[in-house]
Order: sequence, then structure tokens, then C-alpha cells
Amino acid sequence: MSELNLLYTDVEEDLRASVRSLLKDRCPSAAVAAMYDGDRSVVEPLWRALSAELGVTGLLVPEADGGAGASAREAAVVLEELGRSVAPVPFLTSSVVATTVLLGTKSELLGQLAAGERTAALAVPFSAAPDRVVPSVRAEGNRLYGEVANVAGAVEADVLLVPVASDDGWTVHAVSGVEPTPVTSLDMTRQLADIRLDGVAAAPVVTDAEEAVRGALRAGAALLASEQYGIASWCLQTTVDYLQQRRQFGRVLAGFQALKHRLADLYSETESAAAAARYAAAALAEDDPDLPIATAVAQAYCGDVAVRAAEEALQLHGGIGMTWEHPVHLYLKRAKADQVGLGTSDRHRAALADLVDLPA
Amino acid sequence: MSESDPLADVRARVAALLAEHDPATTDRLEFLRARYDAGLAWVHFPPGHGGLGYPRDLQAVVDAELAAAGAPDNDPAGNAIGLGMAAPTILAYGTEEQKRRYLRPLWTGEEIWCQLFSEPGAGSDLAGLATRAVPDGDGWVVNGQKVWTSAAHRADFGILVARTDPDVPKHRGLTYFICDMHAPGVQVRPLRQITGEAEFNEVFLTDVRIPDSQRLGAVGEGWRVATTTLNAERVAIGDGPTPREGGMIGVVAKAWRDHPERRRSALHDRLLRLWVESEVARLTRMRLRQKLAAGLPGPEGATMKLTFARLNQALSGLEVELREDDGIRYDDWSFVRPHRVNFTGRDVGYRYLRSKGNSIEGGTSEILRNIVAERVLGLPAEPRTDKDVPWKDLPR
Repeated sequence: MSELNLLYTDVEEDLRASVRSLLKDRCPSAAVAAMYDGDRSVVEPLWRALSAELGVTGLLVPEADGGAGASAREAAVVLEELGRSVAPVPFLTSSVVATTVLLGTKSELLGQLAAGERTAALAVPFSAAPDRVVPSVRAEGNRLYGEVANVAGAVEADVLLVPVASDDGWTVHAVSGVEPTPVTSLDMTRQLADIRLDGVAAAPVVTDAEEAVRGALRAGAALLASEQYGIASWCLQTTVDYLQQRRQFGRVLAGFQALKHRLADLYSETESAAAAARYAAAALAEDDPDLPIATAVAQAYCGDVAVRAAEEALQLHGGIGMTWEHPVHLYLKRAKADQVGLGTSDRHRAALADLVDLPA
Repeated sequence: MSESDPLADVRARVAALLAEHDPATTDRLEFLRARYDAGLAWVHFPPGHGGLGYPRDLQAVVDAELAAAGAPDNDPAGNAIGLGMAAPTILAYGTEEQKRRYLRPLWTGEEIWCQLFSEPGAGSDLAGLATRAVPDGDGWVVNGQKVWTSAAHRADFGILVARTDPDVPKHRGLTYFICDMHAPGVQVRPLRQITGEAEFNEVFLTDVRIPDSQRLGAVGEGWRVATTTLNAERVAIGDGPTPREGGMIGVVAKAWRDHPERRRSALHDRLLRLWVESEVARLTRMRLRQKLAAGLPGPEGATMKLTFARLNQALSGLEVELREDDGIRYDDWSFVRPHRVNFTGRDVGYRYLRSKGNSIEGGTSEILRNIVAERVLGLPAEPRTDKDVPWKDLPR
């Protein structure tokens, strides 16, 4: 058995450079901060550009279904860059999670998502861990009834994928035309929304769907780790740069050993997060049997590292870090929300207890 | 057989060695010497000095094939300082004569080596060391005291850094020597440590004569030579992959599985956190190894030691609590001199105490954080008030 490759290929590095360059031009942090005041005008053109110019929406879709036929490794690199810019696009929710639900089906929606013609969201709470999610919506004939709270990506979506449980197992229905109720969220760059279904007509797109739903959430969790690594990496680099130029007591702050040691520890954790995230992405790309453990390890580790990096960045920036003007708060809010997203670290540790035979 | 295909070449050489020296009937030392002469000792060393000038990762192929054929090994753990630190330094700075004299018996284990660096007054500040070497005829006379010298009581030679010029700043007045541990004036005393045993020694050097032919590198160049040795120590991360639950986490996980009656919920979460951190450390090391193999610099190296020290300490501390009364029984306080460190052959109390040294030996965790901050992150160096002051004028 050959070892999973934890490095980046040249193709992946090229993709990273393209994504980074596009984000630099079209995702300024002031525009991202404006989302907290209700101005979401940055989202639509950015999302369209990422899809039309770089084709990121089709990365996980096979060429035969209208996608790019790339792998989770490339999607992970995109997420690293989106994390580094706290980019407010529904890549994780539509191009990873919702898309993965549909993989292997012949739904024409798959090609539409890949082409960026439509955007979808899986109607589960953002906190849903892969092994714990339970459908809360019921079907009567082809009509759906029920509520799902705190769904990520629903605000941007024009189609919802709704898991429904019945005596015959799980089914996923596609629903259009439902207006989600946006929720004022800790992280407005991935705003949550509540969904209420009052007998809306729906078409089943995946039957016998429990494994498809759990697998899609697992793919999301495995790749969210790369976004978290991207956040941590930005926080570390930005803090290092700031402390190199900020002077107090007649010297740069970066020369104080108490701060140097904190940054050294943060560097160590950030590099470790890179390895964990990379391993999960590679395991997903190869459909490796170790994927459940790789995912749980990455989520039990990387979410906490991203939060710590953002908290350290804020503290080490001092007063400026506490202002609305400085972007560090955008990263803190994203990191804290991501820590809850797709299962908190303690829920992934609980999953690991079963996976690696360390029972309570 | 072609040198354009190193893998085929080493395989052919292994086959030829085994054909000419059947391990079942050949004397152990004779076999090891033949292996050295065939260039199969350390294939990344140059031809004529036990190697073939091949990539380092081919060594694993050689080791595996010879082990499968029942060939004896050179007991690498018994001469860890020699193989891991002295040999790369001799290779980098030794004369042809020195390489020919020392490397072969070092590799075969006929001659054991130790390291005479740290002193009671020079730990993290190694360059401030006080052991003096004074020129005398065609050699040097050395006086001073070294400490934390593992294997000194078994060693035939020591790599020694001594001060040859006290009138220049500390880094510039050092010279590197090979010290005959059997020479008159070398006295070795065991240094008992908190575990009860004595892995290490104090070494007293009183009017020890060292011929100039045993100097390694130029006079005054000792710090640069010593840096080669210390870098080699940090490279010794190991060549092969580590299995999941390798090392201390495996011991604690087994204790957890074997004793359901001892499990408590608060310990469960601590154990799972440490399991995750151990697995992530394993992946970080895997990534570092892949980077090195791809020829990419991997600055994570300095952080790995920090991580392993912290995890060893946290895991062994957890295991004491998990075992409760059994955890505070201690297997043996007697003052023995172990051949090597054996974490898993002893009880948990030993692991708890011995792992305290992991954040001190080979660079303290505090110094390593300085190194990461300065060399990896590019932060300003610590103020060095002693940098330009002649060593003899430094306050102490």
C-alpha cells in the first residue's frame, strides 16, 4: 500500500495561484466586512467569476457529468485560499457537500451545479456531524413538511436538497422556490438560514440516500479542515508581519521572547493542521479506507487550531485587532463558526472513540 | 549492474555479499567488515568509506534484504552517538587519514563513541564552554569537565569541543577534537538521574594529551564543526514511516483497552485529545519526510521535537493517573547503568520521570522555540550582549 501524498502537485499550485489572484482583486476585506451591515454585493460577482473563469464549481464532478473531473485534493486547495480570504462564497456548501450528495446519480442538477448555472445547499443544520445527522422533514406523497434551522449556504442557493426519512429509508428531494429566512449569524460570511416547508412540491433525486448524505457531510468535514488551515495560516502570517513592524518600548514587538514563543507554538500547530487537512483531502480523493478516521482526526484538530490562531492574532494585534476596521475579526468569526460546522471537535473525538476502539 | 540504476546496483551488491559471506557460517565482525567494504554500511556515504554515494533512502532496502537473509546488524542503538553524530562530522571535516582510521570500526561497533560537549557551566549556551586545550609540542593538553555524556563508560573515543583561544569572542575560540577515552587523565563517573539509574556520565579531563592528528577541522573552527554534529542530531528523525499508535500513545491506548475497570470519563477526553495530537504528529512527520524526499526544505523539523517532548510528558502523566495505585508503584530505584533507554520495558513511573528529560536533552524546548521563531518565522534574534566580548572577559 503506497502512502498518501501530503504535498501539493504543480497542478494544485497553479490552481492555488489562480484562485488567490482572483480573490485578491475581487474579495477585498472591506467588502466582506460590509456583509455584516447587510451589503452582500460582493458575493454574486465573486461566485460567478470563480465558476466561469476558474471552473471551481465543477472540480468534484466527473467530466462525463459536465464537470472538471478533478479531485478532493484540488477542492482542498481552493478551500485553503477561500479560508485565507474569508471569501463569502458557497463553495463548501454547494460545490462540495450538495454536489457530493448527487454524485453517481444521473440528475441533470449535477451538471448544472458543475457549470455554476445553479447553486444548491443540503438542508441540514450547519452543525450536523456526518455520523449524527437525522432528517427532520417528512414527505406526504410528493409534498414536504417540516423545518430545518441554521442551514448554511441556503441564502445563496436556488435549489435545496432535503433529506427525508421514511420506513423505506432515506430519500433526498430537490426543492426550488422556497424562500429561506436568513438568520443574523456570528459569521455573516457564511450566513445561516431557517427553512420552513409547508407542503411544497418536491422531486426525489436520490433514493436509499442515507450513505449519500453522510458521505457528503463527511466529504464536507474532510475538506472544511483545509479552510480552517487557510484561516490559521493567514492569522499566523499576518500576526508575524504586524509584530515585525509594531514598535513599543523602543523595539519591535517581534523581538520579545514571550511573543516569539507563542508564535513558534502557533507555527507548530498550523503546520500540524496542514498535515492533518492534507491527509484527509488525500484520503477523500483516493477513497481510502482510512477516510473516516482521517476526517475525524482533521476535524478534531484543525477547527480548534483555526480558532486559537484567530484568538492569538486578535490578542497579539492589541487594540487594533479589536476594531471593526481591521480584518482579524472576520477570521475569528469564521473560525469560531467553522469550529461548530459539520460537527464540533468533541463530537469528532467521540466518533473516533468508536473508530479506533477507545471506548468510554 | 549499472550505476545509473542504484537500486539494481545495491541489490546486486547485497546478493554478492551474501554469496561470499554466508551469514550462517561467517563470524559476525568479519561479516560487518565485509559489508562496510562492499559499500553497504551507509549507502549515502562515499565509496571507500562504507558507502556508494547513493540516495539515503536506499539504505532501507539494504537493511531489509540483509535482515531477511539473517545477517547480523551493527547494533546501532549501542553506538547511537557514533553513528548519528560523530560519523557525519568526521565525514564532513575529517582528513582522508582520519576517515580511514575511524569510520570503519565506528560503523561495525568495534569502537564506541561518546560526545563531550555540555559542561556544568555550558548547557544551552554551549559556545560558552570552559574546557581548555593548550598547545604542547605536536599536540594539545586538555583540562576541564564535561557532563551528560551517555555511553562514556563504554566509549573508546569522544568528540570533544574545547576552548583553544580565550582572548576572542566565545564562538571563535573553539576547536574540535577526537579524544581517546582510554588516555591517561580521562576519568568517567556515572551521573545518577531522577529515575534512579545512570544513563549518563560526568567526564573529568585532567592534563589529557591529544595529538594534533586528532583535531577535526581547523583551529578556531570548532563551533562550525559542532554545528554539523548538532544538525545531524536533529536530522535523526528517522527514515521510515511510523505506524499509527507507534510510541507512547500505543502504550497508553493499550492500558486503556486492557483495563475497562479503570476508565473514567474525564480521562477519556484527555486520552482522545492526546490520541488525535499523536496521530497529527505522525502525519506531520510523514509530510516532513515526503518534503525531504522531494528535495524541499522542511522547517517543521525543529517543531517535531517540541511536539514529541510535550506528548511523551502528557501521555505518561495521564497513564500514572489512569493506573491509580498501580501507577505510583515504582519498579526499581537501583543505581544501574542501562545499555540504552528503554521506555516500554519499564513501568509507567519510569516513563513519567524519564520523559521529563525529553524537553531538555538535545536542545531545550525553550531554545527550540527561539530557533523556530528566528530561523523559520524570521523574528529578531535574542539580544546577545556577549557576542563581541572576548570569552575571558565574560561575567560568570
